Amino acid sequence: MPLILTIESTCDETAAAVINDRLEVLSAVVASQEKFHEQFGGVVPEIASRAHVERILPVIDSALRKAGVRLSDLDAVAVANRPGLAGSLLVGLMAAKTLALAGNLPLIAIDHLQAHIYACRLAAGKDVFPCIGLIVSGGHSNIYRCETPLDFTPLGGTIDDAAGEAFDKVASMLGLGFPGGPALQRAAEQGDPKKFRLPRPLLDDDSRLEFSFSGLKTAVRYQLFGAGKPEMNAATLDPQLVADMAASVQAAIIDCLAGKAMLALQQTGFQRLCIGGGVAANRPFRERMERLAAERGIELHIPPLSLCTDNAVMGAIALEKYNAGQFATLDLEISAGLERPHLARST
Amino acid sequence: MRRSGGSLTRGYHFEHETLMDTFDFLTTSEADTERLGAALAATLPGGTTVALIGTLGAGKTRLVQAFAAAHGVPREAATSPTFVLVNEYQGRLPIYHFDAYRLRDDDEFIELGPEEYFESNGVTFVEWADRVERCLPREYVEIRCEAVGETSRQFTLAARGKGIAAIVEAISRSLR
Repeated sequence: MPLILTIESTCDETAAAVINDRLEVLSAVVASQEKFHEQFGGVVPEIASRAHVERILPVIDSALRKAGVRLSDLDAVAVANRPGLAGSLLVGLMAAKTLALAGNLPLIAIDHLQAHIYACRLAAGKDVFPCIGLIVSGGHSNIYRCETPLDFTPLGGTIDDAAGEAFDKVASMLGLGFPGGPALQRAAEQGDPKKFRLPRPLLDDDSRLEFSFSGLKTAVRYQLFGAGKPEMNAATLDPQLVADMAASVQAAIIDCLAGKAMLALQQTGFQRLCIGGGVAANRPFRERMERLAAERGIELHIPPLSLCTDNAVMGAIALEKYNAGQFATLDLEISAGLERPHLARST
Repeated sequence: MRRSGGSLTRGYHFEHETLMDTFDFLTTSEADTERLGAALAATLPGGTTVALIGTLGAGKTRLVQAFAAAHGVPREAATSPTFVLVNEYQGRLPIYHFDAYRLRDDDEFIELGPEEYFESNGVTFVEWADRVERCLPREYVEIRCEAVGETSRQFTLAARGKGIAAIVEAISRSLR
């Protein structure tokens, strides 16, 4: 029975999981959710590759122990080697290569964004391909055409800020704290989403499956604090005004995400939509997508939150590569950047 | 001084007893921003670091996009590095695009290995550079960005370090 160890370190999370050939999760460890504090001298840094270096071995060790397997029981080691932060990716890749070499195990390369889509396959417990994949998180806002678990084509993405980044930054401007997504959603519950007219760039352009969220910051600033060089002190804002702006911003972001997801479905003729990434936790976004899917007869998949945020379980996509014999060699490198439609077309 | 595309105000300021060459460039349209990006692309030699300072929505990322576009990098390829901390684009020179917004201290920045980028033959931009000022190279171009209206931005360019004055002078000249 093939067992695969999967490693994830593309951004801030260090994670590892053990998956079997029936896609059963034998163990799943995410560093930020574990009580590793004592091992790290009481401080768990959130950013930077040093944190990954400190966590990676305890995380892998913990995943193996929880699964009740030893290195010698594994049949392959899989690692997300793109896209992400170079230093962080390197830590995961070096760990995976070392284990592969030491254990004489095949190495499998995972695309982090494809893995996010595959989380829908895991949560659904059945095939979800072909589908349109939409990944919305702090670092990514991308749309993929997913023919099979091994055949992804990028269709578009953000041309500036990611959707989650827009939530975070506007929340910060509104004095709502961090993480911005949940804080903004909470504030928006008391607000009127039609109170402020905000831009929905590119939404009306049916020729582009792209997002642009950076203009929201300017619009919010201008409408709340005025022109010139205002003192932007969120503490001086009326709470109702903050709630109305939060609701308006949330509505603008959701309109863009929903609009482009529907456009991608329409253009490809696909009937399934798979959504991943932390922004999928936003309730009004989920509700909008559920409503649209019901209206249009679209099969919608959004995994539970633990599979939406960064994790190693979604690295189970490695099983598809294992079965297809798609293995990497030990000279596998990282690729920090995003695969772009125009790049895909030119190669 | 009003100009067809963007306006330029030039001046010398005394600060910390060092003569600094600085000038302001006011942009009122996307075309103006592209023009400033092109001027930077035409004048910044490889190995230059640009410190970008300004609040959310001030136009920092947009300016790097304009610079990258003038280097032949498609606009959509140059995105906000807030989450990934550093982006790399291949223009006529390598372009490195840092963002210190999420970083909590100098150590987290140092860990990204910025010196290697500063000393490379590429052009390195650092957004939120004021948060990691002590980690910047000895000499760099400082650009302060401010939103002065919904579509207008004021960019204040200043030479930090003796060797940079000539570069800032060249940028200013190419915008005239």
